[in-house]
Amino acid sequence: MSKQTAEQATAAGAEEQSSPDVATQPDKVDLATLQRDRDAAKERQKSRLGGLETETLIELYRQMILIRRFEEKAAEVYSAGKIGGFCHLYIGQEAVAVGTLSALRKDDYVITSYREHGHALAKGMTPESVMAELYGKATGCSKGKGGSMHMFDKSLNFLGGHGIVGGQIPLGTGAAFASKYQGTDQVTLCFFGEAAVNQGAFHESLNMAQLWKLPCIYICENNQYGMGTSLERAMSLRDISKKASAYEMASEFVDGMDVLAVREATARAVERARKDYLPTLLEIRTYRFMGHSMSDPGNYRTRAEIEKYQERDPIKLFSASLREEKIADEKLLKEIDAEVRKQVEESVRFAEESPYPAPEELYTDIYANPIDPSARKL
Amino acid sequence: MATITIREALNQAIREELARDERVFLMGEEVAAYNGAYKVTKGLLDEFGPKRVIDTPITELGFAGLGVGAAMVGLRPIVEFITFNFSILATDQIVNSAAKMLYMSGGQYNIPIVFRGPGGSAYQVSSQHSQAIESWFAYFPGLKVVMPSTPADAKGLLKSAIRDDDPVIFIEQERMYGNKGEVPDDPDFTIPLGVADIKREGTDVTIVARSLMVPIALKAADKLQEQGVSCEVIDPRTIRPLDIDTIIESVKKTNRVVLAEESHPVCGINAEISAAIMERAMDFLDAPVKRVSGIDVPMPYAKNLEDLVVPDVDRVIAAVREVAYLD
Ligand SMILES: Cc1ncc(C[n+]2csc(CCOP(=O)(O)OP(=O)(O)O)c2C)c(N)n1
Ligand SMILES: [Mg+2]
Repeated sequence: MSKQTAEQATAAGAEEQSSPDVATQPDKVDLATLQRDRDAAKERQKSRLGGLETETLIELYRQMILIRRFEEKAAEVYSAGKIGGFCHLYIGQEAVAVGTLSALRKDDYVITSYREHGHALAKGMTPESVMAELYGKATGCSKGKGGSMHMFDKSLNFLGGHGIVGGQIPLGTGAAFASKYQGTDQVTLCFFGEAAVNQGAFHESLNMAQLWKLPCIYICENNQYGMGTSLERAMSLRDISKKASAYEMASEFVDGMDVLAVREATARAVERARKDYLPTLLEIRTYRFMGHSMSDPGNYRTRAEIEKYQERDPIKLFSASLREEKIADEKLLKEIDAEVRKQVEESVRFAEESPYPAPEELYTDIYANPIDPSARKL
Repeated sequence: MATITIREALNQAIREELARDERVFLMGEEVAAYNGAYKVTKGLLDEFGPKRVIDTPITELGFAGLGVGAAMVGLRPIVEFITFNFSILATDQIVNSAAKMLYMSGGQYNIPIVFRGPGGSAYQVSSQHSQAIESWFAYFPGLKVVMPSTPADAKGLLKSAIRDDDPVIFIEQERMYGNKGEVPDDPDFTIPLGVADIKREGTDVTIVARSLMVPIALKAADKLQEQGVSCEVIDPRTIRPLDIDTIIESVKKTNRVVLAEESHPVCGINAEISAAIMERAMDFLDAPVKRVSGIDVPMPYAKNLEDLVVPDVDRVIAAVREVAYLD
């Protein structure tokens, strides 16, 4: 049973209802076709501008450009050897975190994978606390113990970045379970990549969520690759939103390069969750412009394919829509960019000047109730 | 004091904690309508209703993770595995989520959850349904591992585990549910985690035993007493954190030690205890540490073979006599 309504189908747009087959893509793309696609996407986005406050729109832009600049800086300091470990960047996917989280209330829960810098910033964590965590400093959001893949902020109900592919899906389901149990109307946004859909954890979670009517919104950020493996090489049924039907769950396919389409689809899902404790699966089609992580040159993708998606850059698209509809002019957007760059610079300065965790921190936070040695009979 | 079975003691502990704290709920396969695969949760659905006592699909990874997520945001789940054999499917959520959440979040998200159910050898259910896997869980900082051997311990420790703010693996012995013993009536009777119990005092040889091995060690101690050997039987009760101090003190007194467990010997808890004794009490030993463990094979079905795997009174007696140089 498909619960897609006509409205949802329109929102999803007609252009990308099924997976483009990467293997059959030509090496060279026809620029004119690309531009036509992009312009059509822009027209769809512009049609969604109505009814939104200028302030809201500018804020969406500001958050996307903040994530972009933050990630560019993270790449830079990573390359300079200032941060280590795995570092999975969010460049290209900004519209997903920003669009989805903009449809939330502050006390809603968010949980995601290791590719979470963008979600953390969009949830309201400061660039300082995120950058300091990348630097492994005591002032980081996880006191330097989590790193790039494990950022948490309890004060913002940000339930963290998780490193086992699919591992966060049951956890998010549990947060939604708790909201219903406690009788609150909080919802949970649970993010994961398309490769996580092949994990049992995904299927086990969706089954429980629909069975027990849990207010969880499952957001599959389909960037079409799990490391170097394309969706085509890993999934038998590639139309991910359809998998919801196996659980009689509502679902939508969403253009993840359009921040407003993302916001609208999420808002519909949030309403279902808040009012009726109903889960939704959103497949949000996006693309990562960088490699899987900083160590990945990404040779498994053609130049043409990357260019195709860069033409659909969510930030470029949104800034063009804002300018053409006279919501913001070039000058304002440049000012925002400059402000954001300063903020990011400031986060680097903060991180660099912050202390490393004290050696004693090694032994703290293992147990909330450490065993009291005096309780022992000696 | 009432004399009840371990099964009843566990049931009381869960019932009392469900009544005491609205945040506590119980979930697992067959825990509600069926009254529990081993009837530990009998009557709880009737008393607390389907919001608090929840039958799950057969989806161990899923409901274990759901429990951890619920624990992150204020609930205190008790997750039952029909047996710990099936917890193996949930180990990712137990090990990678529950055990590490507090640490990797820099102290922000503790996980107050209990994973409980029967473990260890059962009767003639062959290799996949009859094994002791506590050493897996005990390996990980962040987890606490509890294995009671008496009704009083079962009740007092389970109540402490439910009230604890950390993830606790609570392994009940499948063969021992019917064992009886005295249990205090006080609804606030608890036993602290991480504290060993000296089940029998003695002077000649220390026997460290847990779970199924405790009654076996006590029987062996009785027989050995007749043979003129006084055994001290220590039940750590909590495997992690392990009350090694109590063990070391006893070894310093008796100078001889036998470590009994039903699990496989390789990389097991006894290996760990043995190493700690070497590090801390080597000079006090009058004989090498002797381990008595389950035989290092998958559990067979045939009764005669199964009986060879699980250590019995005779094997414990032989080990004690060996470290006492009696034969
Ligand atoms: C259980 C597990 N298997 C493998 C990995 C290694 N790994 C990390 S990310 C990744 C790809 C995941 O792709 P996807 O879910 O699409 O998310 P994306 O990285 O595209 O955001 C793999 C294989 C892992 N972290 N966890
Ligand atoms: Mg992917």
